[in-house]
Amino acid sequence: MPLQRKDLLAIADLRAEEIELILDTAETFRDVSTRQIKKVPPLRGKTVINLFFEASTRTRTSFEIAAKRLSADAINISASTSSVVKGETLVDTALNLQAMAPDAIVIRHSSAGAPHRIAGIVRASVINAGDGAHEHPTQALLDALTIRHRKGRLADLKVAIIGDILHSRVARSNIHLLTRMGADVVLAGPRTLLPFDLLRGVEAGSGSLRFATSVEEAIRGADVVMTLRIQLERQSGGFFPSLREYSIRYGLNRRRLELAKSDAIILHPGPINRGVEIDSDVADGSSSVILDQVENGVAVRMAVLYLLAGGESS
Amino acid sequence: MLIRNGRVIDPAQEIDASRDVLISDGRIAAIEPRIETAEAEVVNATGLVVTPGLIDLHVHLREPGFEYKETIESGARAAVAGGFTSVCCMPNTRPVNDNSSITSFIVTRGRMAGLANIFPIGAITAGSQGERLAEIGEMKEAGIVAISDDGRPVTDSGIMRRALEYATELGLPVVDHCEDCCGAAGWAMHEGEFSALMGLRGLPGAAEDLHVARDLILAEMTGARLHIAHISTARSVELVREARRRGVRVTCEVTPHHFTLTDADLYHSGYDTNFKMAPPLRSAADREAILAGIADGTIDAIATDHAPHHVNEKMVEFDHAPNGIIGLETAVPLALDRLVHRGLITLPRLVSLLSTEPARIFNLDRGSLRVGAVADVTIIDPERVQRIDATRFASSSSNSPFGGWELKGAVVATIVAGRVVFSATSGAAPERGTESP
Repeated sequence: MPLQRKDLLAIADLRAEEIELILDTAETFRDVSTRQIKKVPPLRGKTVINLFFEASTRTRTSFEIAAKRLSADAINISASTSSVVKGETLVDTALNLQAMAPDAIVIRHSSAGAPHRIAGIVRASVINAGDGAHEHPTQALLDALTIRHRKGRLADLKVAIIGDILHSRVARSNIHLLTRMGADVVLAGPRTLLPFDLLRGVEAGSGSLRFATSVEEAIRGADVVMTLRIQLERQSGGFFPSLREYSIRYGLNRRRLELAKSDAIILHPGPINRGVEIDSDVADGSSSVILDQVENGVAVRMAVLYLLAGGESS
Repeated sequence: MLIRNGRVIDPAQEIDASRDVLISDGRIAAIEPRIETAEAEVVNATGLVVTPGLIDLHVHLREPGFEYKETIESGARAAVAGGFTSVCCMPNTRPVNDNSSITSFIVTRGRMAGLANIFPIGAITAGSQGERLAEIGEMKEAGIVAISDDGRPVTDSGIMRRALEYATELGLPVVDHCEDCCGAAGWAMHEGEFSALMGLRGLPGAAEDLHVARDLILAEMTGARLHIAHISTARSVELVREARRRGVRVTCEVTPHHFTLTDADLYHSGYDTNFKMAPPLRSAADREAILAGIADGTIDAIATDHAPHHVNEKMVEFDHAPNGIIGLETAVPLALDRLVHRGLITLPRLVSLLSTEPARIFNLDRGSLRVGAVADVTIIDPERVQRIDATRFASSSSNSPFGGWELKGAVVATIVAGRVVFSATSGAAPERGTESP
């Protein structure tokens, strides 16, 4: 059963059953990557374009591998090699790609809403691979798959998300997904980077959302701790005094991790700044599932591509 | 010309009654319950509302410099199609209207268009750079009716103080675009739950409140005439209300989009750049306070902040799109539909907001149908329902969020100095030079 929608633009748009469907489908694709022949045929004859206006290694590679393991033809376009440098608008780029009849366009863009702009004018399925500070739906889905795999469920888990919530599309997508699936999400970080208005905006479903007054409070008793990459430019933006102080006050270290449940797992969307938002011994420790996330990313993207582009060609 | 049997509403004369209006030589010749004359062309206004010509204190006509967005002529055509007989155009053209030769150019182009009256607003500071006063006295001689650095707040309080003092000597109101930067440079929308959800940089309401508070303090200190452009927050309305109680000479205007839409509408639009403007669409609570301010008289005028942008400029990512929407051709239907038909204000109060008060605020010799006045008249059908079609605007641009809306209330005809410059039955304004008998 495919998803009853053309595009995947935001987790905020998804119902719990749709999230469940994507995760269950991803589960079935997990073993493809462990086979001798890492390829299955469902998207044979389909074309997937990865349209990346922002630098990305992990996400772009993950989508490309996912498409290829489903037997689709995957084409990568990055902004530096496209006509964008010649001053072509996003809309014109999309229309030109549409003329070549792709089945799915995966887009990453520094502007929130850029995938929405494209989705309205192309027939292909549009998959948001991260738009500005808005959402990064497949990241939240792969995080959920990773958590579900380790914990057996999402409901009633305490999930702490630590860091720059304000500018994080990863946090936004995770907040929507986890609360909708019944988890209790606690946010913490520098006060300057905490958008308290989210409390009024997020429909938390059967879960809950709250802000903690300290990182320690957020982590205490957590089943899952997710720490976010801190962008160096936030320091020059005056959101916090220095990376040094950030690390001291908000960094995830062994001492803080002891506050979490003994079987807590650590997630990070990568790339990690070792010694800033996460200490190496935590990132590399037994609680860390950071590389599981990357592995699950391929399965989740296979599921999304399959569910959106895998139906009969219309 | 004889406008027969309309409901004449002229708050300046406290008239709200069925009257005949006789126009001759471009001026109001008589207003009587019944006028018999054999010579005049008769316009039957039975069932219609006849008001002093509407005045928009805040438009951007883009000429000189940005003629691909709008020209003085296309803007004037949009004005009369929307029922406005006079528009006051902001100085943020290229070059900026900060000297008398640009002012004269705008006045001349307005006369050549021969549609609405074009009243230029001069810059407060040279180039609107906020550093030193423009030659305001000379511009006044050339025809400016107010000063403003609209689009750019006057950030330096010292400059703002001098501007207020200097303008007082010249009898000009100072119009300020109130926006303290509040660390929100590069903002794309109002800061609140919807900016948090959309991942767009928010401008808090406090950014406006801070600037309004400063301006009110400076206006009180200098005794100058301050006019707050496009007020958009609950706190700003309260600040104005409180300052006026103390006798501060302050007036303010609101746009139709700020009394109609909120940031929730932007959220549901799916990043539609026609919902992006400065100040941004605010919260539902702000809009409620705006409506209360309109109802209780704290807000003096409705002004459109008509800001044309070419479709190419708006066809980009939301955070890259320029601020502004057009409003001349939707203001009257929105005001009738949202304010009058919903029982918030009466028709006479609406005429005050769109004509009487704007004339008073900028000291314009307009805004009343008294005998001897220039015959600028707008004829309105408050009951006619129309669907807004952005592709049919007289404006050169179509950046409006109201396309497809069905609104109750329409402009039937617009008369400037005794000449019919727009008639809904003929669809568009007649070509320049067409004279009515």
